[in-house]
Amino acid sequence: MDDGQPPLKLFEKKERIFPKRVWGKYRQIKWVAMVALLGIYYLAPFLRWDRGLHAPDQAILIDMSSSRAYFFFIEIWPQEVYYLTGILILAAIGLFLATSLFGRVWCGYACPQTVWTDLFVWVERIIQGDRAKRLKLYKSKWSFEKLWKLTLTHFLWIVIGMMTGGAWVFYFNDAPTLLEQIIHFDVPWSVLGWMVALTGSTYVMAGFAREQVCTYMCPYARFQSAMFDKDTLIIGYDTERGEARGKHKKGESWEGRGHCVDCTACVQVCPMGIDIRDGLQMECIACGLCIDACNDVMHKLELPPDLIRYDTTHMQATRKQGIETKLSIFRPRTFYYAAIIAIVGAGILYGLLTRSAAELHVLHDRNPLFVQLSDGRIRNGYDIKILNKTLEDRIYSLTIEGIEGAEIRMQGAGQQDATALPVFADSIGHFRAFVTASKEQQKRKEVYFKLTDEQGEIALTYESVFVSSKP
Amino acid sequence: MKTENRQVDEITGTETTGHEWDGITELDTPMPRWWLIVFYVTIIWSIGYWFYYPTWPTFSGEGERGGTVGSAEWTQYKQLEDQQAEIMAVRAQYQQQFESASFSDVQSDETLYAYAIAGGKSAFGDNCATCHGTGGAGAPGYPNLNDDDWLWGGSVDDIYQTLRYGIRSNHPETRFAEMPAFGEMLSTDEVSSIAAYLVEEDASNVSVGATLYEENCAVCHGDTGMGGQDFGAPNLRDAIWFYGGSKAEIELQIKKPKHGVMPAWEDRLSESTLRQLTIYVHSLGGGQ
Repeated sequence: MDDGQPPLKLFEKKERIFPKRVWGKYRQIKWVAMVALLGIYYLAPFLRWDRGLHAPDQAILIDMSSSRAYFFFIEIWPQEVYYLTGILILAAIGLFLATSLFGRVWCGYACPQTVWTDLFVWVERIIQGDRAKRLKLYKSKWSFEKLWKLTLTHFLWIVIGMMTGGAWVFYFNDAPTLLEQIIHFDVPWSVLGWMVALTGSTYVMAGFAREQVCTYMCPYARFQSAMFDKDTLIIGYDTERGEARGKHKKGESWEGRGHCVDCTACVQVCPMGIDIRDGLQMECIACGLCIDACNDVMHKLELPPDLIRYDTTHMQATRKQGIETKLSIFRPRTFYYAAIIAIVGAGILYGLLTRSAAELHVLHDRNPLFVQLSDGRIRNGYDIKILNKTLEDRIYSLTIEGIEGAEIRMQGAGQQDATALPVFADSIGHFRAFVTASKEQQKRKEVYFKLTDEQGEIALTYESVFVSSKP
Repeated sequence: MKTENRQVDEITGTETTGHEWDGITELDTPMPRWWLIVFYVTIIWSIGYWFYYPTWPTFSGEGERGGTVGSAEWTQYKQLEDQQAEIMAVRAQYQQQFESASFSDVQSDETLYAYAIAGGKSAFGDNCATCHGTGGAGAPGYPNLNDDDWLWGGSVDDIYQTLRYGIRSNHPETRFAEMPAFGEMLSTDEVSSIAAYLVEEDASNVSVGATLYEENCAVCHGDTGMGGQDFGAPNLRDAIWFYGGSKAEIELQIKKPKHGVMPAWEDRLSESTLRQLTIYVHSLGGGQ
């Protein structure tokens, strides 16, 4: 091209990042968070929660085959999946609240992508050494050393991936039983499929894609900028104090120059491969590792710490005028988010506490709509479903109201009595009911099915119709 | 490909195809490598596939329906057989119990009852719904199986007998009833007065009708008109009229009666299907 511009690039080629080991406060927090989160992930399926004979005793379990979800004291049936909507709203707003309080704290410390990438880098470092050695190995020609080091690294990554996929399936199956099956290589195909898929995704996402996921794939990283304001906690480089940067020899005066010695420690430790001194960037996941790295250097130079620090644009602005302001956590948006969480949380809690122990569904027969009997009366048929959500067998009584002189009769195996319908614990009872009444003037008349139980815990009504003649 | 006129595009660094249309040239962008790899892998895959599965049509018809057999010896017919065998194996445990159980056993056992109803319902849809309707509600001339009015009896044994041998069918065991055509024996006025008597019309000829009924109809339908299930005579005193309950319809049925035929299913359906159908029909609401 003639105008001397660089060629058009639509996608930046991935530069492999080799984050350097770092010590410090935030690294410490990250280790603790990693151990705690991985611990929860791997051990939670093994928690037990006694629900009696008729339900599994796993505390957290999504049981696909019998369509139930269990979370400690909560049990959810498929038609109550709206609780999941509530939980997703809570998760989203919770993320917003965390962002408004502490910036991208989720990205830096708690996101699975961050945690697993951190774990993979840790493995990489143990096998191949720190940044300089890894870089050298990466650039070197193939040799026996390179071969075994890379093989071992990838092998361990795959092992971690298998454990990740392996732990995932425990949430959908009885964990101790499945563990035994896995040990005996006797795993159902459906489970094996998930394990393989998640092993693969863990291996690819944490081993190769890494920071690309945050930069290019994650929608949260992108729309978070909409939640940023002058009081959001970000990683900030103190330009006033740091510039003009430059190499510094021991014993030289700090007069007339900045405190940044351009050692690039902050760049070397960055898992996202950015230079924080260029200012706030979309890629920054606010993990604070550059703070640790820089404070280390500042300490060696006997300079005050926090050249790079958790900061807000507001604090940066006032600092320029010589005023130190504190982080303002209590802002309108913090309250909005907290209020939404409180309302949704209260709604879910209310729903769970007032959850009915039973449900009644009545479906009027469509074919035939009604039956003319020989004595001139009319009979209608209904499919009845009684959902016993308790964990014990119950006996229910079904009566009808709304039509004078109507009789109800059950049709099923054996002699069924409408006032004593047994439904097993945690299951659905299917029944056939015939309602007979004298011919009504109205072609369709409302009829009300009332369900009660022996314990007097429930009193449900379901409105259906009684059809007397062709519409 | 011709190499003349091919140029290297400055922006992308890719060669052009050498074709030009009014100054517009086309980039000869190579296929992405991953795509090519997948493409070659599918070709290699297909070779294995040819040997493993029945793939090539042949003239002689080596395979089940012509074509190569394949080392797996897999065919759709075998797959179907396998799948059917799987289903039959699941069914077998219920089927055995069902075959050895009596009607009353089945009707009091929840599992067997559910098994019979499911089987009966599907057999009903295949065989009976054509005349009796999918819900068994019938139509004029085709009995409603939901109501409590039975021409030949509504107990399980009666229903089973009707299903097995039919009514007016060609089976030697069939039950048979024929309403005579009174149009040839009685005058139009006489028929009309019998009909009037039956619909309890307030008219002067009702008493004439009553007498005529006693002389002609009571033999089969009974003195009180209650009919008789032993010989298939309909009850004339209930709210259900098989061929329509208006006076005109009744007159027509007296003059020139219609006679419906229920086929005998003994030869067409298996014994257990018949029994399942019996229980299903009995469960529709009118079973006695």
